[in-house]
Amino acid sequence: MSQEKHFVMETFNNPSVSPLDFASSSINRTLTAEQKIEYYRQMSRIRRFEQGSLKQYNMGKMGGFLHLYIGQESIAVGCASLMGEHDHMITAYRCHAHALAVGMNMNECMAELFGKTTGCSKGKGGSMHFFAPDKNFWGGHGIVAGQTPLGLGLGYGLKYNGQKGSALCFMGDGAVNQGAFHESLNIAGLFNIPVVYIIENNGYSMGTSQERSSAYKDCLAQRADGYDIDWDLVNGEDFYELRAKVNIAMERAHEQSRPTVLEIQTYRYYGHSVADANHKKYRSPEEIEDYKKNHDPINLWKQRLISEGILTEESAKEIDRTAKQETDAAVVFADESPAPTIEDVTDDVYWESDNNTEASKIGRHFFND
Amino acid sequence: MREIEYRDALNEAFDEELARDENVVIMGEEVAQYNGAYKVTKGLWEKWGDKRVVDTPISEAGFIGMGIGASMLGIRPVMELMFWSFHSVAFDQLVNNAACVRYMSGGLINVPIVMRGPANGGTNVGATHCHTPEGLFAAFPGLKVCSPATPSDAKGLMKAAIRDNDPVYVMENTLLYGNRGHVPDPSEGDHVVPLGKADIKREGSDISLIAHGRSVLHCLEAAETLQSEHGINAEVVDLRSIRPLDQDAIIESVKKTNRAVLVDESKPFCGVSAQITTLIQEHAFDYLDAPIKRVCTIDAPAIYSKHIEDEQLPNARRIIEKVLTIA
Repeated sequence: MSQEKHFVMETFNNPSVSPLDFASSSINRTLTAEQKIEYYRQMSRIRRFEQGSLKQYNMGKMGGFLHLYIGQESIAVGCASLMGEHDHMITAYRCHAHALAVGMNMNECMAELFGKTTGCSKGKGGSMHFFAPDKNFWGGHGIVAGQTPLGLGLGYGLKYNGQKGSALCFMGDGAVNQGAFHESLNIAGLFNIPVVYIIENNGYSMGTSQERSSAYKDCLAQRADGYDIDWDLVNGEDFYELRAKVNIAMERAHEQSRPTVLEIQTYRYYGHSVADANHKKYRSPEEIEDYKKNHDPINLWKQRLISEGILTEESAKEIDRTAKQETDAAVVFADESPAPTIEDVTDDVYWESDNNTEASKIGRHFFND
Repeated sequence: MREIEYRDALNEAFDEELARDENVVIMGEEVAQYNGAYKVTKGLWEKWGDKRVVDTPISEAGFIGMGIGASMLGIRPVMELMFWSFHSVAFDQLVNNAACVRYMSGGLINVPIVMRGPANGGTNVGATHCHTPEGLFAAFPGLKVCSPATPSDAKGLMKAAIRDNDPVYVMENTLLYGNRGHVPDPSEGDHVVPLGKADIKREGSDISLIAHGRSVLHCLEAAETLQSEHGINAEVVDLRSIRPLDQDAIIESVKKTNRAVLVDESKPFCGVSAQITTLIQEHAFDYLDAPIKRVCTIDAPAIYSKHIEDEQLPNARRIIEKVLTIA
């Protein structure tokens, strides 16, 4: 490990070492007050959306799972804020925040949760499967680490097409122990693929803490060393640090076509999913409260902006109120939208059939009773 | 009439499609510098270079998932599994990502990949290398599956598969790679065999032998013996594609002959032949003069022993014996 990385790990694990101030890094120095407030607004929208969806879930408006992002908002917003024309994003099942951060609207997202035809996937994907290829967002994937080879492929495609871009592939800390991830890392290192693997480390793979699931306990990102890939640790509470370090990784992809593994330290306030009834058993209520009180990324960003004199408590409250209203309106939209019909079930299976091509007319494609 | 080997027919398909579409990429283990484990991709790397013909590490989940991800951006990877049996280590990619992403995105994404490689028994390599998963993958809506028996169909179906905008899984056969057969000369025009169209390989009037892949050749051999020794004129229907399936050709043949033996190298339980049986009983029940019979691989993992493996698999003798029980 390099001396620099030793220092990063030291500062990461030891609060008494004064952290670097990333506000002055080049990618942050040029931010306008409006941009900074916009990031606050995006984080607030995500939290309100998640709170609203939880409420609707508990009212029985949707089925299945609901993996809430509350506590991790800085990551999706910080990363999306860096994306250009040829930067792409793909993630796992905790995907609502990434969807909103890249510009999907609350209506299509809430309607998808409600299983309505106005949903982003016409009610065919659900909570874990949001997509918006027109916004360079490729899901929303339900199988742990199943998206990691796909993220590799997005990077491969960019390189093949000669586009200066990057594929931001998000995953949880549980995904680092899947074989598909390690195969992807090896190929990324070997083929010089412009992919950035972002481990959103919230400390728990469902109910199993990192120390009970990962053989190398100090730092998950360091596994990248085995594949000759640069890596770094990121404090997800510090929005400036997050942007600065993700930007370095994206520039490495853009300029050198080289991969990076980033591990962003974060926390989720709710369970793995809403179905996770034990989330106050495998961790203490005090731990959760400590994060909410002292480490909340939205609150910390708000305080930072207040200290910079570009936001007030009152204006922050107004932003939150507006986000709440937007969520409430999305719930009404979703509620009033039509459900899919039985005829819709067999649409969107084959491209050729959906487009009524000559090929689709040859042979039987569907085998219903 | 030009005759070439099955492997060379495939090679010609790749070469022509590489030339036709700059997004086509050949990918897999040993496909480039080694010229392919079975020489199916021989010479392509030398001709097309590193960008179009890519050697991958032995990481099926990794490189197949990579191909699927790249296809979402418009690349058209043609990926080799050295054996289709190795699908199991990439199953999540092959069924969750390739087959379901289009559906789960409400039709926003398509995955124009080709997965290909040999899927067959009969080479004494034991159960891990002998899986015939055409029925397995055909059971996933969103996927297309074909299984060419002849050099001509191998080339034509492969070209159709590469041009198709959905994921197509092509099941080849190591025992067919060296077979020679007529394949139209490229100067005669684009040779494409559409997916979903069966081919009557032998016309007959007394019984329909319905098969795909190498079993078609066993049927043709059996049909000659049935004709010469038993006076039975068998029709041989080569499905070519499993999904989409040429149901009309199957039903038409059975209506003509009133008897059917289905020959299928996959296992009898939930195999391709089981699906075809239900289609025949549903659509040609009144035309049947005898129960539908099947010749499948005997229901056990593939045995290694070369003394017995051919008897576990469908063969001409087993087909003849089965036909004689109903004809």
